Amino acid sequence: MAVLIDLVLLSMLALTALRIIFLKDLFAVVMLFGIYSFLSALIFINLDAVDVAFTEAAVGAGISTVLMLSTLALTGRKEKESKHSSILPFLVVTVTGAALIYGTIDMPPFGDANNPIHQHVAPRYIEQSPVEVGLPNMVTSVLASYRGFDTLGETVVVFAAMIGVLTLLSVRRKEDDEAPDSGLKSHRVLHVVAKIIIPFVILFALYVQFHGDYGPGGGFQAGVIAAAAIILYALVFGLPMALRVISPKFLQILAPLGVLLYASVGIYSMFMGGNFLDYNKLAHDPVHGQHYGIIIIELGVGITVFAVMLSIFYAFASQAERRNVS
Amino acid sequence: MLEQHLAALPILLPLIAAPIVLLVGRSSLAWMVATLVSGFATIAAWQLLITCLASGSLSYAVGGWMAPWGIELRIDAANAFVLLAVTAISTLVLIYSKDSVAKEIESDKHLLFYTAHMLCLAGLSGILVTGDAFNLFVFLEISSLATYTLVSLASDRRCLTAAFRYLVMGTIGATFILIGVGMLYMKTGTLNMLDLSVRINLYESSRTINTGLAFVMVGVGIKLALFPLHMWLPPAYTHAPSAVTAFLASTATKVAVYVMIRFIFTIFGADHVFNDMGMDLILMVLAVVAIFKCSYMATVQNNVKTVLAFSSVAQIGYMVLGIALVSAAGLMAGLIHIFNHALMKGALFMAVGAVFYRVGSVNLQDFRGLGKHMPWTMAGFTLAGLSIIGVPLTVGFISKWYLVSAALDQGNWLVAVLVLLGSLLAVVYIGRILEAAYFQKLPEGTDPEQVKEVPYLMLVPMWILVIANLYFGIDTSLTTDAASAAAQWLFENSQTSVPQVMEMKP
Repeated sequence: MAVLIDLVLLSMLALTALRIIFLKDLFAVVMLFGIYSFLSALIFINLDAVDVAFTEAAVGAGISTVLMLSTLALTGRKEKESKHSSILPFLVVTVTGAALIYGTIDMPPFGDANNPIHQHVAPRYIEQSPVEVGLPNMVTSVLASYRGFDTLGETVVVFAAMIGVLTLLSVRRKEDDEAPDSGLKSHRVLHVVAKIIIPFVILFALYVQFHGDYGPGGGFQAGVIAAAAIILYALVFGLPMALRVISPKFLQILAPLGVLLYASVGIYSMFMGGNFLDYNKLAHDPVHGQHYGIIIIELGVGITVFAVMLSIFYAFASQAERRNVS
Repeated sequence: MLEQHLAALPILLPLIAAPIVLLVGRSSLAWMVATLVSGFATIAAWQLLITCLASGSLSYAVGGWMAPWGIELRIDAANAFVLLAVTAISTLVLIYSKDSVAKEIESDKHLLFYTAHMLCLAGLSGILVTGDAFNLFVFLEISSLATYTLVSLASDRRCLTAAFRYLVMGTIGATFILIGVGMLYMKTGTLNMLDLSVRINLYESSRTINTGLAFVMVGVGIKLALFPLHMWLPPAYTHAPSAVTAFLASTATKVAVYVMIRFIFTIFGADHVFNDMGMDLILMVLAVVAIFKCSYMATVQNNVKTVLAFSSVAQIGYMVLGIALVSAAGLMAGLIHIFNHALMKGALFMAVGAVFYRVGSVNLQDFRGLGKHMPWTMAGFTLAGLSIIGVPLTVGFISKWYLVSAALDQGNWLVAVLVLLGSLLAVVYIGRILEAAYFQKLPEGTDPEQVKEVPYLMLVPMWILVIANLYFGIDTSLTTDAASAAAQWLFENSQTSVPQVMEMKP
């Protein structure tokens, strides 16, 4: 049954990808990208990778779609005719695809318990992590503790993305506040529904943030969901209102603070005599230490991801508004 | 405490400084914090190199988890040597950038510049220090994102197209590396480099592993601007702010060369890559074409930054040529050139940045008469230029000497002759600039009062590099010791292979 579902999902994925290549209407392309992400998320669920599916749905289908739509608001929705010859790119893509297929020919059998990935490091994660780290969600144990340095790196990647976007697009400042109100003024129903939904979205974000140790979720997903709540507010009630609730300046302080919070756990464990990010040293009982460490670093991740996602949205949206005014 | 964490410091210092620099709020304060932190990282790198030369390699288990379950930082002579070059150049460039950046970058973006520089340094150090293949990818992403940002900071609008092109190519490169690492993981179940090297040998001639090797090599090839994947580099170096070009030209591509060395020698094993897959011939041909094609391109450019950018691609050809000779001597020549080229290109781009500071553009005709009006800058440029050509008593000579003698060791006369012919092209492109500077008069209508020497904060770091060019060209004990120790270590561990399989008990 699972194989059948996989086949259906994968063929839908291929069809979506083909459609994306040939469509000239960029608005439709963005929508199809959203569908593509949702399909990938479903495939991840079928692979029992619920955490990954969650992230893909929140980031790939959610935030990315909004950001790409904001870009379309700046650039227009029709794809320009390319003047370049497409022979070389076609050749490169064909060779890459052929290499990928060639590489998968003697791939280990799909889902076999004797595969190298299930035989080497994974058994320890499965058998020892409930004792060593003490969390029911092994994915969180690996991400936040065994490979916590990678996660710190990923958080810094997100932070670096914000630095990049701020370099290119400056966020609107308070002075040009007299811009006409944007948002969907006349849509009463949207106003009411949004006002009801937003508190629940934020509540859900907090749940995902702090329940990541027990179920799917964690800082990345929570940060994105919380940012989505504010983005929804900005879309329905207009950007100026959102800027009044959470100012871009505040976000630019919040994002580095999240990274510092994460790093400070590592520094503290160094002062307690352990290596960088050694949570065992955070409390007398190593398992308690692991628990404290993971909660704090997940909070750092959540804060940074929230601040960066919202900053990037502000940067795009204020460019679009400025264009509308002029 | 510091001693125990020495291996982690070169990453942690800039990584933690980056958010702090963004928070301090004042440009001069940000500059001070960044420079100090980079200086401390240099001291840590120096200590690491000394430790590694004395006692082999050093391992640090992040989070207290032993490899292969956790992430290991692993330092030997090879990465400590490159790390010292990267951190030292970063510090000098930061000192230099105070005035340069004030001139070239809008004042409300200074904080972003220093933050991005710190992020880039953290990423590059991370790539060098880590002993984990996926962790390497994470730091590659940090340094890449920071690099695109740095390039796009210039006030010249053309930098945006250059940065975009760089971003597209760089992302393709990073994705290829990720696909390659994924394939290795699929076959071996591990991400730790040493563990990978052992477990790859368990599966002889696996298609998946060989495809992984191909993807990693192409990805790294893009990152190090290996001909013909170098097209992103000249525009990026031309339009980026001067301080950024000086930093990137002497560090970013060199770190990518290191990644190539690490993947070939530590992970896949030189025997497999060169003898079974015949990669040495491919690399050698590409390297030789790069040396001639790009040196020639450098001789016909009008913008001096573009000249030096094409020269960089050609110089990367020399490094790859050293690797492709498949001998400890060749590898040592490659490693020593990584260090030496960082010294030359750092000094050259700083000098060009100084010209931009006073003259406002860096086309060839703007260099006319500068020999008289900016004597120190042009003297520095001349000495570093002689070093690129490979004149005796400069580091360039040392690099070429070891490369040629490594080629001759194998009886490879053709390569030796080609290396020397390549230097002749360098005479042409450096000579054109010197001719304009010393034998022509300042263009009509330029106010000679305006064209004067640059501030000391720009001259001093430039001259430190110039003197290093001469010093390491005469007293080569540090560089040759480190490079030959590194090459020996890499080569022997790669050839005799099968070190102890990692203990499996938790």
